[in-house]
Amino acid sequence: MIKDITIGQYIPGDSFVHKLDPRVKILISLIYIINLFIVNNFTGYIFISIFTFLSIYISKIHFRYIYKGLKPIFILILITALLNIFMTSGSTVIFKWSFITVYKEGLILAAFMVVRLVFLIIGTSLLTLTTSPIELTDGIEKLLKPFTKLGLPAHELAMMMTIALRFIPTLMDETDKIMKAQTARGADFENGNLVKRAKNLIPILVPLFISSFRRADELAMAMEARCYRGGEGRTRMKILKLTSSDFAASVITVFLIVVSVSSRFVKI
Amino acid sequence: MSIKIENLTYTYMKGTPFEKKALDNVSLKIEEGEFVALIGHTGSGKSTLIQHFNGLLKCDSGKIYIDGEDITIKKMNLNHIRKKVGLVFQYAEYQLFEETVEKDIAFGPRNLGLSDDEINDKVKKAMNIVGLEYEKFKDKSPFELSGGQKRRVAIAGVVAMGPKVLILDEPTAGLDPKGRDDILFQIRELHREFKLTIILVSHSMEDVAKVAGRIIVMDNGKFIIDGKPSQVFKEVDTLESVGLAVPQVTYLVKRLREKGFEISNEVFTIEQAKREILKNLSTKRKES
Amino acid sequence: MEKMIECKNVTFKYDNEEETEVKLALDFVTLDVKKGEFLVILGRNGSGKSTIAKHMNCLLIPTSGKVFVDNLDTSDEKNTWKIRNRAGMVFQNPDNQIVATIVEEDVAFGPENLGVDPLEIRKRVDECLKKVNMYSYKKHAPHLLSGGQKQRVAIAGVLAMKPACIIFDEATAMLDPSGRKEVMKTILDLNKNNNITIVLITHYMEEAVEADRIIVMDEGKVTLTGDPRTIFSNVDMMKKIGLDVPQMTELAYELKNSGLNIKSDILTINEMVDELCQLK
Repeated sequence: MIKDITIGQYIPGDSFVHKLDPRVKILISLIYIINLFIVNNFTGYIFISIFTFLSIYISKIHFRYIYKGLKPIFILILITALLNIFMTSGSTVIFKWSFITVYKEGLILAAFMVVRLVFLIIGTSLLTLTTSPIELTDGIEKLLKPFTKLGLPAHELAMMMTIALRFIPTLMDETDKIMKAQTARGADFENGNLVKRAKNLIPILVPLFISSFRRADELAMAMEARCYRGGEGRTRMKILKLTSSDFAASVITVFLIVVSVSSRFVKI
Repeated sequence: MSIKIENLTYTYMKGTPFEKKALDNVSLKIEEGEFVALIGHTGSGKSTLIQHFNGLLKCDSGKIYIDGEDITIKKMNLNHIRKKVGLVFQYAEYQLFEETVEKDIAFGPRNLGLSDDEINDKVKKAMNIVGLEYEKFKDKSPFELSGGQKRRVAIAGVVAMGPKVLILDEPTAGLDPKGRDDILFQIRELHREFKLTIILVSHSMEDVAKVAGRIIVMDNGKFIIDGKPSQVFKEVDTLESVGLAVPQVTYLVKRLREKGFEISNEVFTIEQAKREILKNLSTKRKES
Repeated sequence: MEKMIECKNVTFKYDNEEETEVKLALDFVTLDVKKGEFLVILGRNGSGKSTIAKHMNCLLIPTSGKVFVDNLDTSDEKNTWKIRNRAGMVFQNPDNQIVATIVEEDVAFGPENLGVDPLEIRKRVDECLKKVNMYSYKKHAPHLLSGGQKQRVAIAGVLAMKPACIIFDEATAMLDPSGRKEVMKTILDLNKNNNITIVLITHYMEEAVEADRIIVMDEGKVTLTGDPRTIFSNVDMMKKIGLDVPQMTELAYELKNSGLNIKSDILTINEMVDELCQLK
């Protein structure tokens, strides 16, 4: 069933990681990712690995969920690795066969890219696995709030994200229903070449679009009926508060950054 | 052209914590020309059941025979089943997508690979059956029609495929009383005049009492009552235990019998109630 | 009795460039809603019942005529938000009025828009969910709820804004019988025990029998006004308009036409049983 594919699947829990403020988690994730690409030696990556696996352990999330996030990009990782192995030139030749030359630099670069990709996925997965969609939206809204002065519609963006997240399962259900209704009329969504299959999507997309516009219209009316008029003057029931855990997590992250970046300069 | 199912079982969300048996080892035979109503609470399995009749869902175990053919074998070409068994979903008007009414109704026949002439013929016939004047409506956009008209276009779209069996899932949902009556009338015509076997899924006991020849009551994936309306509506307690009610007049007759009225308990329409009461009271007067 | 809502000679025409014929969706409609009453507006599709409902909370403004909600003129923009706070609305499609990804967040949406203090919002959300019997679902995702449950969440969301009046625009039309029962039970409770004025727009007569008063609309006009008994005894008129009457009322009508000396304003089975026993 289409419904089983949840985007950014959230696993509820009450671990230390779950309870962190979403803003802190988002910032840590961003810094973590940047850090991944700054570091360029094995020692640095060892520190990053320790940090990552510790985080997974503390979050009490079963590793199979992380693995699930990696599965779809196995091919990408493989291609990246192969490209790097065969296309990087350097000084030390490891292997040579007719026109294919593999250099040591290539192998190292490939290893780094693989490590970076894998940890990138692990990092973002951990974020979405331990933070509910609402928390993420709230966190993003709060983080973007200072930019409202520059004209960024932070509240509107957050509202759009919330509504989109709210309707994803509903729209998936509807797509399922429409597909079934058209299949009952003899439509075929599985066979045929690419062009044919694209054309065959019209009986699904048109009703879906039309119903989505209708939904949007009705939802807007319902929101206005409940006195929604934009972000001005709105209060929130749930207020994000920073706790000592958030400070602790931030400090540890800063420590990681310092240590792993300095590994670039200090040979250990 | 009959439908037969043997020991059908279907489980939702298998392997997840939300796993639920939607159909629990059910068996059933529907003969050609019957008008069967399928009643049950939401979640009783009726929508799941009908999706097996045209191969939209594949059962976990059991056999399904459409027109004598076992459709549970692998590699079944389901399109020719869908030609024989038409399925109209709830709020069917949500499936409309073409630029004109004619093109939308033609979608089904076109998918069956018919020639342009045959398609045109089928579209005209279908529009006639559902009461949409061909010349008036064929070039209109389906999206500028009223709710009831849109629904009729959707039904025509299925009827145009020329099925022998027509399954309708709550065709009166969301319509006002007149709209409901119109659609029920059309369905009755499909049964009487065009000799289609009808399977009607509904919540409304009053609707079903008016049109069905056989009522099957479902609960929790099982069939609990199966028979003529007069037999089914007698089982007031069983029906109530599964969250269904009988028509008001049936309750009335039950109460009258408790008060000593000698009145038949096979009453489920107003017409029948009137006859029985008048009969009863005039005999009483004759006696006194 | 004070008036909650007043409609005076309201006409309304939808903006439709293609339509050249002057068809009024509302044709000089005058009606009142009394404070504390349970009013049902009955009519078939196209009768104008939903249109007049949307005038009651400023979603639509009359083409001519006036609508007053709690003495506030709906055509004055300054009143819009006050009116929407006083007169809440629950819509037909259970899905298309839920905004948030969990139940309690959606119920909080209204008070949040009003700028209510966070602790007060929390209190209201819990209270209102309890009132509609959905408190145990407060952390649930809305798309997993049944239609009746979704509508009750919507009702809680409106209640949390502390309205004086709630308008139900065909709020049961897309529900199954048990969902309809749940919603009707909630509505009656709100009216009888919380003194909230209720305007129920519907075409189901079994809901209308519970009303204090019924207004029947047809072709944009008010056709009949009265209490359920009086309205439903007009079996001929109701059938002509394309509406139903309770089975008992129709049976009484049929029996009367067949010569039986029976009252025509029978609504319930009990009344019918009593009447027939008397005739025995």
